[in-house]
Amino acid sequence: MADLKLDQIRKSYGAVDVLHGIDLDVKDGEFVVFVGPSGCGKSTLLRIIAGLEEITGGDLMIDGEVVNTKSPRDRGIAMVFQSYALYPHMTVYKNMAFGLKLDKQDKAAIDARVREAARILQLDQLLDRRPSELSGGQRQRVAIGRAIVRQPKVFLFDEPLSNLDAALRVQTRIEIAKLHQDLKSTIIYVTHDQVEAMTLADKIVVMNGGNVEQVGSPMQLYHHPETRFVAGFIGSPAMNFTKVTIDAVEEGKVTVAIPGGIKSVLPFDVPSAAVGQQVELGIRPEHLALGDVGELTVSGVVDVVEKLGDSTYLYLNLANGDRVTVRAPGHSRVKMGDTVTASAPAGAAHLFNGEGKAFTKVDCPAEFSADDI
Amino acid sequence: MSFSNIRREDASRAVIVHAILLTYTLVALYPIFLVVINAFKTRKGIFKDPMGLPNADTFSLEGFTKVLAKSDFELFFYNSFSVTIITIVIVLLLAAMAAWALSEYKFPGNTVLALYLAIGIMVPIRLGSVSILNLIVDLGLINTLTALVMVYVAQGLPLAIFILTEFMHQIPKDLKEAARCDGVGEFKIFFAIILPLIRPAVATVAVFTMIPIWNDLWFPLILAPGDGKQTITLGVQQFIGQYVTDWNAVLASLSLAIIPILVLYLIFSRQLIRGLTSGAVK
Repeated sequence: MADLKLDQIRKSYGAVDVLHGIDLDVKDGEFVVFVGPSGCGKSTLLRIIAGLEEITGGDLMIDGEVVNTKSPRDRGIAMVFQSYALYPHMTVYKNMAFGLKLDKQDKAAIDARVREAARILQLDQLLDRRPSELSGGQRQRVAIGRAIVRQPKVFLFDEPLSNLDAALRVQTRIEIAKLHQDLKSTIIYVTHDQVEAMTLADKIVVMNGGNVEQVGSPMQLYHHPETRFVAGFIGSPAMNFTKVTIDAVEEGKVTVAIPGGIKSVLPFDVPSAAVGQQVELGIRPEHLALGDVGELTVSGVVDVVEKLGDSTYLYLNLANGDRVTVRAPGHSRVKMGDTVTASAPAGAAHLFNGEGKAFTKVDCPAEFSADDI
Repeated sequence: MSFSNIRREDASRAVIVHAILLTYTLVALYPIFLVVINAFKTRKGIFKDPMGLPNADTFSLEGFTKVLAKSDFELFFYNSFSVTIITIVIVLLLAAMAAWALSEYKFPGNTVLALYLAIGIMVPIRLGSVSILNLIVDLGLINTLTALVMVYVAQGLPLAIFILTEFMHQIPKDLKEAARCDGVGEFKIFFAIILPLIRPAVATVAVFTMIPIWNDLWFPLILAPGDGKQTITLGVQQFIGQYVTDWNAVLASLSLAIIPILVLYLIFSRQLIRGLTSGAVK
């Protein structure tokens, strides 16, 4: 069990900079998820923590000790790979015991540890099988078991669920969450799937282009995204964005002109110098409701209808060409080609400046705030 | 319609391919067949009807009795066998380690070194016979099996390294990294994980290395022709005279020489199982 500290970690491959100075604190027992689009550097960062990639600059500390040049073994980490990476010529038992045998531990102790891990992961019946005789989910559990038996300071998971089918993914996700509760160990988990990130993490690190965009709890990222990128990445379907112009600024209030002539007053702290600038307004599909009931109103022609049972997603084409997604109730009778009006309360809005940075919301209503969660 | 056309084309292509392969197999196997059947015939039988199977009149084991009783056949056999086995072990070990280094570690000159080793495949080692002979004489190793082993190791290494490097490239990177995360040392990774996984390739290389060594006449003739050091191919030559050739004995000893190489081949070919890596990843 250990703290982990990243101090200005940089990584370059030749002239190509992949990571541009990452700072991060991971507390003992925390479940941290790195999330981001492909190529954002999240896997590279994980491999740097594992010791599989050299650090170009900065310091990596585990338990207060700089481990930049230490081998993976001496760092006390265990890694679970996306491809499982089980030794194909060894049985499940040997796969799990292989790393321990090298530590010259006595046989009985190794045996006890392997059987305990097998019990936790319900692999008891499979110990004599080879990886080729296991299903995908079982292989993944063996890979996790191989990590558990080593009793590492930090567990590293590299997209462990992406090779599983949808049903198994949900099941294994729950198992990993339970495992974290039982083991109380520090876990760093890489995924591109924001649902995994939201459901598993104590702390999410959103990465983009080799930089950390934002670090926070799942609800913080959902309700208070600091950048347009985070706002668009967290939440499914993605947040709606539309360009608006700042019309007037008062203390804690900003009036924006929405394309189509409507003006709305929103609760944001905006510097008065911003009047006349173009900014971006974001609203989540689930905060929009059909009808003219909130302060922010859009209307458009329904282009596509997706029925999910519990809810229905409507994809509207606005007059100015923007596309807006609305989450309607499952029993909605709206059809393709209908013209509908949807609206949201002003408190649900997000406002981002030209560089994609969020303006601070004031007097945030409880339903749109992560303060007490 | 087009579908059935394709089927018919495929079928006729298969017939042609099989016809060619069968012809080649016959051409390759017939001389061996002749050697074996004539080994069981009397001298008269061999000359009267060289293509015929042995019958009640022509059947005889005189060749085998002569070989086993009147020559040091066991010794030749032992020489050939030990040279082949020792060479295979050394070639496989060195080639696998070199291939691992070339495929896994990036160091300056990696590609140049791999190319240099590959050139060995293209240049026949026999071109260097004179210098090799000089070298062996200077080393005082003339008329020893050690000399043969050394030359054969040099001859076998390039192709072995080439084949094994290709196979090692195919081992998933994750496996090695998982092992490194498990705290496994580089030597242990090589011997406990990599070698078992490329067993089919190792078996292939063993067969490729073994056959030319077993059949070689050239180097035994120039490096170790002395008494007691002759290999089987060289030993057989004593039955081939300038004026008279003892065909019974020659054919019998050649037939016997097939057996060990066949046994070795069967042992290795059992290892050539595909799909050994299935279940490793994904």
